[in-house]
Amino acid sequence: MQRSFLMKNPSIMVFLAVLALFTIVVTIGSEAFGAGFVSTSFVKTLGKTLCLALVAVAMDLVWGYAGILSLGHFAFFGLGGYMIGMWLMYERTKEIVAASMAEAPIPPTPQEIVDGIGTQIFGVVGSAEFPVIWAFADSLFLQLVLVVAVPGLLALIFGWLAFRSRVTGVYLSILTQAMTLALSLYLFQNDSGLRGNNGLSGLQNLPGLDDISQDFVSMWFFWGSALALALGYVFAAWIVSGKFGSVLRGIRDNEARVRFLGYSVEGYKLFLFTVTAMIAGVAGALYYPQAGIINPAEIAPIASIYLAVWVAIGGRGRLYGAVIGAVFVSLVSTFFTGGQAPDIDLGFYRIQWVDWWTILLGLSFVLVTLFAPQGMGGLFDLITGRRHPERHGADLGPDKGSLQEEEAER
Amino acid sequence: MKRALIIALATLCLGTQLLAQDTADPAPDTDLGPMQQVLQENAELIVESSRRTIGPAIDAVANSELEAASFVLETWAAREMYQRTSDGLFFAAEETGDDIFTLTDFDSGDVVGESPDDDLEQIKPNSGIRGLIGTALVSFQLNDPDPEKREDAISSLERRANADLLAPLRASIEPETDPALRARKIRTERLLTIAYDPDEAARIAAIEEMSGDLGVDVRATLNPLVATTIRAYPDGVPDDVNVAYTLRPGSDELPRMDAYAMTDGPAIVSPDDIRAALQANIDGGSVGGIPVAQLSDPARREAAYAALAEAGTVPPRPTEADIDAALDATTFAAIYAEPSAAVTAAAEDALSAIDTNVGFNQMLDLGLDALSLASIYFLAAIGLAITFGVMGVINMAHGEFIMMGAYTGYVVQQVIPNHTTSIIVAIPLAFAVTFAAGVALERLVIRWLYNRPLETLLATFGISIALQQLAKNIFGTQARPLTSPDWLGGAVVLNDVVSISTVRIAIFVLALIFLGVFLFIMKRTRLGLETRAVTQNPGMAGAMGINPGRVNMLTFGLGSGIAGIAGVAIGLYAQVTSEIGQAYIVQSFMTVVVGGVGNIWGTLLGAGLIGTLHKGIEWFNPSNTLAAQTYMIIFIIIFIQFRPRGIIALKGRAAGD
Repeated sequence: MQRSFLMKNPSIMVFLAVLALFTIVVTIGSEAFGAGFVSTSFVKTLGKTLCLALVAVAMDLVWGYAGILSLGHFAFFGLGGYMIGMWLMYERTKEIVAASMAEAPIPPTPQEIVDGIGTQIFGVVGSAEFPVIWAFADSLFLQLVLVVAVPGLLALIFGWLAFRSRVTGVYLSILTQAMTLALSLYLFQNDSGLRGNNGLSGLQNLPGLDDISQDFVSMWFFWGSALALALGYVFAAWIVSGKFGSVLRGIRDNEARVRFLGYSVEGYKLFLFTVTAMIAGVAGALYYPQAGIINPAEIAPIASIYLAVWVAIGGRGRLYGAVIGAVFVSLVSTFFTGGQAPDIDLGFYRIQWVDWWTILLGLSFVLVTLFAPQGMGGLFDLITGRRHPERHGADLGPDKGSLQEEEAER
Repeated sequence: MKRALIIALATLCLGTQLLAQDTADPAPDTDLGPMQQVLQENAELIVESSRRTIGPAIDAVANSELEAASFVLETWAAREMYQRTSDGLFFAAEETGDDIFTLTDFDSGDVVGESPDDDLEQIKPNSGIRGLIGTALVSFQLNDPDPEKREDAISSLERRANADLLAPLRASIEPETDPALRARKIRTERLLTIAYDPDEAARIAAIEEMSGDLGVDVRATLNPLVATTIRAYPDGVPDDVNVAYTLRPGSDELPRMDAYAMTDGPAIVSPDDIRAALQANIDGGSVGGIPVAQLSDPARREAAYAALAEAGTVPPRPTEADIDAALDATTFAAIYAEPSAAVTAAAEDALSAIDTNVGFNQMLDLGLDALSLASIYFLAAIGLAITFGVMGVINMAHGEFIMMGAYTGYVVQQVIPNHTTSIIVAIPLAFAVTFAAGVALERLVIRWLYNRPLETLLATFGISIALQQLAKNIFGTQARPLTSPDWLGGAVVLNDVVSISTVRIAIFVLALIFLGVFLFIMKRTRLGLETRAVTQNPGMAGAMGINPGRVNMLTFGLGSGIAGIAGVAIGLYAQVTSEIGQAYIVQSFMTVVVGGVGNIWGTLLGAGLIGTLHKGIEWFNPSNTLAAQTYMIIFIIIFIQFRPRGIIALKGRAAGD
């Protein structure tokens, strides 16, 4: 009898315990259910951070475990947000339109209501017609399916094209970046059917729940995000723990060798790429109702690069590293860019963190890459005593993970 | 009131003078010059100064065949014609002293005296009248000894002409001595012939002569001839109209409802109108016998409206059958405004010839645009191709080197105000600055990451965002201008379709120079030899005594330096912001990936392909440059399927994996 999955991976239990504790503390502190020392807006920030942690876990799966530096996962994240945003906006607008039309002396026809919604939603881009892609916007179930189906399908098609032609390494990164850019440029058009650069807005209001304050709604989303993160984390850990995970790491370390062993490298990569895109879509669908607005700028390639930065700072190749990186960097970013950090007066120059934080982030990122390829997660190795055997040269990081620097040069 | 009094007085004076002469000769007082007589005859109209009635007065002056006519018209248009209140005579007056005007007689052109302000009434033609005077003047100016005035006259003709001017224009061609003006006159004459000549054969001849001409003016002349309007004819098309073609309702050009609106059947009632009509006729909770609550159903609404129509409270709606019958009974035709069928046919032929020619020239223009875009991409990507090709390193901060070059150009321009000098200084300086930055980046960061290409990507991204924010902190977020020198400001115009701005030509030349310089360095210098050796096999190159570290450093510096120069070039036509590099980085990557790494010709081909593709897609969908970029990227992703290593791929051992 083999040891159970959880027994083999004690870090999962630790992680789940920490997450549970965190959730309880926030619940107790929230304005809705407890003492109120955690403001509603901060609950939203925390909930969004959990979603970012989830997409970081997905990123860690493709990058840290399979060596695919995808610069497109934030595009999948954004697509998930758009899919849920369509339903939220449609239903919300429908309520408003129906309420305003109910005051007219003659009850509106169904077509008039739909036209009214169309005018409301697409007025800003000079149109009133519903584009084809909104066909399912009135059905929550279908849109929820689309939340995973659309990013999954895009990843499947793109991944199939890319992996089939054996595009790897830096080329693949550039190609995914190009895909992200193409998508965001497409969404920036007014006739893309998703309101161009206005994006979708008012997503924080849940249809039919007007009388429930945001204090409660934010907590629901916080719980949902925490649950999604927990499930996603366990799922990711399960994927990488078994034989499948071993093949993935093998692909990362030496793709050709795994191929010669008879594994369908492309199939493994494609599966992982698609599944992580779906996870990213779910994370996005939870994130944007808390953010309240989504527009194409969110999908720009730079967002995906930041995602890679979080994972790198947190530590690739370990799932909790991705979570730590995403939570730490995004919360610290919020702190510095939100104007809460005190300015530093150097006498001759006043450092305002809003201006200087990005520089600090960029440089610290360079330093982490140079001096701590294991990221913040590497600190746990010191505690657990899991030391690597003394080998020659510096660690090469995940893309050539099995070798150390001096070995690689031989 | 005062003016009317003056006129009355003046007329009286004239009248008395006339009466005083009891001879049969009706000629007025010989004291007055002939032009003054003409003016006096039209004094009433001139003083009234109304656009509607002034015509005969202007004609009288213009057709007087007096030498003074053009002088009068010019003075008049310039608002320098005054009427002396005391005797009603007109003069050209100029204020020479304090409220004192010097008067010049129109006929003799001599100064005849001075008059105080009080005794003069200025004639103030409004802009409409000045336009009429200008047209009348044209025929005089066309033969003016001063070439500038002749040119003005032709320009005025090109802008605004009428049938009357055709004859004077024709007459003025023969005596014209200036060849350029003569050519313009002949061209204008042809165009006016097309538009105004009463002789149909002459018009057709002129149209055929101008056929295939690219000038916008030709198209502007021909287009009104072939303009059509759609008309409905219940009894068939009459014979006396010039029919372009007949239409069937229900096509894109003539939607069914639009066609029906042109017939004289009962008006169509839109759903909105139905709702409004129902709303206005609610009677005790129901409309036309149907309860209001049921009216959310469109069928019930129509029934309610029908009930109202039957009761006569609202106008009846035509049924579908009515509409069909009305449409069947009516012929719809597109009618030329121009009555002569021969002329319109000739104009259509000429326009289609012009369209072919324009299309051909647009392709040429597009080719030039694509070439200039390709040279920009080439400049932006060449440095990246060097670092990527030689060292296998993706430099995400490459765009920021472009930005540094552009800002260097901006700073130099702040110090050296002369634009030409500043550009000449800025180019080497930008190279120096970015070369130093590149070497520093290589020594400090990239050197340690040669075995970890993906992490180079991320580390240089960190540098990239830091540099971008730094530029924002130093130069602010607003765009900084990098003004090009005057000799780069214009454009080379081949014809009305093909033109290219000088800056773009300069960038093209710069790209060519860099291609040459780069080829020279790679093929003819020691550094190039060593670089190629390191590209092929760093270990073996090291064994041969080459220091790969030094070569890498210099190569990276060179690549970055070229990015800096590209930055100056790009800054000349784009605004310099901290995001200028971002706009080009992805395209540069694409260029390198499509072209294939490690080969300058590959980069050239890649830039050419992407430039052409970009412009080509834009041409299909000119209103939407965002879509063009989207489709281009999709195309590239598909292209990579077929040539994963680019157009020119390294083969054999040099290919790496």
